[in-house]
Amino acid sequence: MTEPSSAPRSFQEIILRLQTYWASKGCAILQPYDMEVGAGTFHPATTLRALGSKAWAAAYVQPSRRPTDGRYGENPNRLQHYYQYQVLIKPSPPDLQDLYLGSLQAIGIDMELHDIRFVEDDWESPTLGAWGLGWEVWCDGMEVSQFTYFQQVGGHDCAPVSGELTYGLERLAMYVLGIDHVMDMPFNDPQSPSPLTYGEIFKQTEEEYARWNFDVANTDVLLRQFEEAEAECAAILAQEHKDPKTGKRIIMAHPAYDQCIKASHIFNLLDARGVISVTERQAYIGRVRALAKQCADAFVMTEAAGHAV
Amino acid sequence: MPDLLIELFSEEIPARMQARAGEDLKKRITSGLVEAGLTYSSAVALTTPRRLALAVEGVLAESPTIREERKGPKVGAPDKAIEGFLRGAGLTRDQLEERDTPKGAVYFAVIEKTGRPAAEIVAEVLEATIRNFPWPKSMRWGNGGLRWVRPLHSILCILSDESGAQVVPMMVEGIPAGDTTEGHRFMAPGRFSVNSFEDYAEKLKRSYVMLAPEERAEHIWNDAQNLAFAAGLDVVEDKGLLAEVAGLVEWPVVLMGQIDAEFLDLPPEVLQTSMKEHQKFFSVRNPRTERIERFITVANRETADNGATILAGNQKVLSARLADAKFFWDNDLRVAESDITHWTRALENVTFHNKLGTQAQRIQRIASLARELAPTTGVDANLSEKAARLAKADLSSEMVYEFPELQGLMGRYYIKAAGEDASVAAVAQEHYSPLGPSDDVPTSALSVTVALADKLDTLAGFWAIDEKPTGSKDPFALRRAALGVIRLVLSNDLRLPLDRFFDSQLVRAESAANNALPRENVEHLLDEIADHGVFGAAFQAVKEKIGEIPNSDFLKLEKKVPDSSDDLLDFFHDRLKVFLREEGIRHDIIDACIAMDGNDDLTLLVKRARALNAVIETEDGENLVQGFKRANNILAQAEEKDGVEYSYGAEIKFAETDSEKALFDALDTTKTNIDQALKSEDFPAAMSAMASLRAPVDAFFEDVQVNTDNDILRRNRLNLLNQIRQVCSSVADLTRIEG
Repeated sequence: MTEPSSAPRSFQEIILRLQTYWASKGCAILQPYDMEVGAGTFHPATTLRALGSKAWAAAYVQPSRRPTDGRYGENPNRLQHYYQYQVLIKPSPPDLQDLYLGSLQAIGIDMELHDIRFVEDDWESPTLGAWGLGWEVWCDGMEVSQFTYFQQVGGHDCAPVSGELTYGLERLAMYVLGIDHVMDMPFNDPQSPSPLTYGEIFKQTEEEYARWNFDVANTDVLLRQFEEAEAECAAILAQEHKDPKTGKRIIMAHPAYDQCIKASHIFNLLDARGVISVTERQAYIGRVRALAKQCADAFVMTEAAGHAV
Repeated sequence: MPDLLIELFSEEIPARMQARAGEDLKKRITSGLVEAGLTYSSAVALTTPRRLALAVEGVLAESPTIREERKGPKVGAPDKAIEGFLRGAGLTRDQLEERDTPKGAVYFAVIEKTGRPAAEIVAEVLEATIRNFPWPKSMRWGNGGLRWVRPLHSILCILSDESGAQVVPMMVEGIPAGDTTEGHRFMAPGRFSVNSFEDYAEKLKRSYVMLAPEERAEHIWNDAQNLAFAAGLDVVEDKGLLAEVAGLVEWPVVLMGQIDAEFLDLPPEVLQTSMKEHQKFFSVRNPRTERIERFITVANRETADNGATILAGNQKVLSARLADAKFFWDNDLRVAESDITHWTRALENVTFHNKLGTQAQRIQRIASLARELAPTTGVDANLSEKAARLAKADLSSEMVYEFPELQGLMGRYYIKAAGEDASVAAVAQEHYSPLGPSDDVPTSALSVTVALADKLDTLAGFWAIDEKPTGSKDPFALRRAALGVIRLVLSNDLRLPLDRFFDSQLVRAESAANNALPRENVEHLLDEIADHGVFGAAFQAVKEKIGEIPNSDFLKLEKKVPDSSDDLLDFFHDRLKVFLREEGIRHDIIDACIAMDGNDDLTLLVKRARALNAVIETEDGENLVQGFKRANNILAQAEEKDGVEYSYGAEIKFAETDSEKALFDALDTTKTNIDQALKSEDFPAAMSAMASLRAPVDAFFEDVQVNTDNDILRRNRLNLLNQIRQVCSSVADLTRIEG
């Protein structure tokens, strides 16, 4: 293990160090997916790329939205919009735990002073039809990451198995920077000419979205959009593999998966609006899962999944 | 004789699986060795978060050579028979021996299994064990196909004796066995080799690994108590948590921290649950204030600052957690204090079961039943209904959403905060009881009433939609609900005609499951059941009042409700037999009592069964049952032969012998005594009165021939036997008694 690095001074410095670290370990540093998702796992670079036989190594920041977690920016660590850092390596390397611990050193966590623990936490995403075994990683009793060996995605067995790391960036950064309330966290360097805190950037948006998520979002519109996304996903996947215009074999797994992501986020909004009962909840989750599964079925037939035509 | 040491070193094994995995490793390896002929003197399994270890002492260096002789067919037997024998023995014909026996020349096979070195056997057994290990959940990793609980990194497998240690040559999925392992992940990184179990344990300890889970648990518990004691505090004992925490660390370091003052007013259960579930902290109580004021956390390493950084971090995390809990608590209190019915209304949007409607509808049914039960449990009907309506309100609270295990308990706090009486608040917590067979049974009449209504509603509901338990499947815990009712009734000595309450609750459940039922008819029917107490009569009354109903679902109730009700009562009787078995009361004794009237009154039924059981254990009782059976058999045969029932009164004037006369007298006295005892439900007295018939009955059978040639005497005696039958049958149906 490498020596601990100096203490970072801002939220963005932690992100930059993670980017540099994982780049140095051979990961492609991707950019966030341009859609509303509930977690970094939804990025096709994880969900779809965990499928198939081709090797893969990617890392990226993913803005994530969980409408029900909105607290108008008042709760010290609950946000309806936050950032996840996501790493996916396929096949999972034998030293993934050490690589992970190295990333904690890189952001200034001194292993000689802190207590790092791997505590059982089996990951399951009912909406993605995905599950894996692994841990939540604790640093001094705080969960700083999820560490998962993917076993299935979209109902398909993962072979080879991917190793997935998810860092909850705000919580991790608050811990490293010694900040008690997320809104007080320096986003850029406090010594810079225009220092900005997390709150200066996000306090107002947290309020705006919390109000919209909980009380204003038009549920009739959302319900319709859910149906539309569902129908569009099915319509895309119903197309013939051979494109009549170019004559090429083009399976539109990604466009279809976008609709699945959309449906999933709309479901989360409906949930926050409190219009989904417990029984309906299961039914909606089942509908999103069905979409995810069809997209996975489509993706494994593509070249990116290692499918030989 | 060599010792065997195995260590399977992996990434972190879930704490809850470690103990079982250690035992499985021991069982599979040792039985594999023994099956292959390798005996051993002792074996011990030890586990840490990263390793399963097994030390087997005194293993045979090689399996013994085994010589086995098998006798085969006669010389000259058909080829087919000989070939079959050869196949079984794994030999060829020229390897057989011919031997002379008294029955002629016979083929013998002599099979010799040569002994094999221990290493060879160990390698096979270990590989099979790894490949077939019974993990509750296992996974693949990387490119491999092997399954283990988490990635398996190394295998240590050595056989050692005075001359040194030898690695058992083997390989599983590219992982070769060796003689090395690793110490603590952070405090002593790097591999080292070992040459015996002692060497292994000692080097691990030097590398900051306590190998034995019991040692870690003991260390944690002692240090925790010492830390708390020094501050004048007590650690709240939690064995489950202790075992779990011991499975999370290889080198336990116990630290005690403060809970921020702003959280000390949270209910102690909330503090405890939040700390345990989320942080795996022990609670530390101040015996003077009875409050939870500190926590104990267990780190996995020593640090230069003696854990100061670790403790500060844990404290911070806890504060964030408790801030959440406090947020829920404050919000919930606000709702409870302003209008707690906000929560019950919210339950209109929560499904209980898709065939049985929402939670709100379920609560309505429970409240109605609680109202009906009130006269039998001796509580005010309005109060009982109100308590039932509030009892599950906390299901809508934020705290229970976050910590489902606090349901009921939070209700108790919130209902009190809403300004209700403490007895009404207590119902929220107590109406779930008794949950398990060892759980306390509530005693407050109000809690008992709602607890009964809750459980009876669950049972009636799932009976109505035909979701009864089958075999080992009981997803809605209906057996537990029935046992709960039995214990509530018996321990509170309640006199409850269950049948009538089954009927009304089945009607309610049917109307929930079947929206087509006309509402006013259902109400009507429920009123009639309350008046008549008998479903058939109630239904008849409703039918007459409403006149012709065109083929409605409602009419189906006429048969369905009584059928379900009977079936549910049978289910209760079965549960009762299981319950009374613990008291040593046999099922046939209970059957003898179930056959009597009023068998839906469990208190009465059990009183009768206990009395019958006691009397049957006496010599008189046991013999009387034999006498009764003899009388009954003779009667039954005669009745079948003659085609009549002997139920006329016998006349004493035809009695010939003294013992016959004495029996007449005894039956008279006994009948009077039994009737009197039964009137006051004094079953022991009734039973002993019955047992007093033993001597006269025995004497009668000794002296008197029932089936005489004199027809008048015979008939009179048969009628006398009938009197025995009737007197005894007024107490219990003795024909059901076995043996």
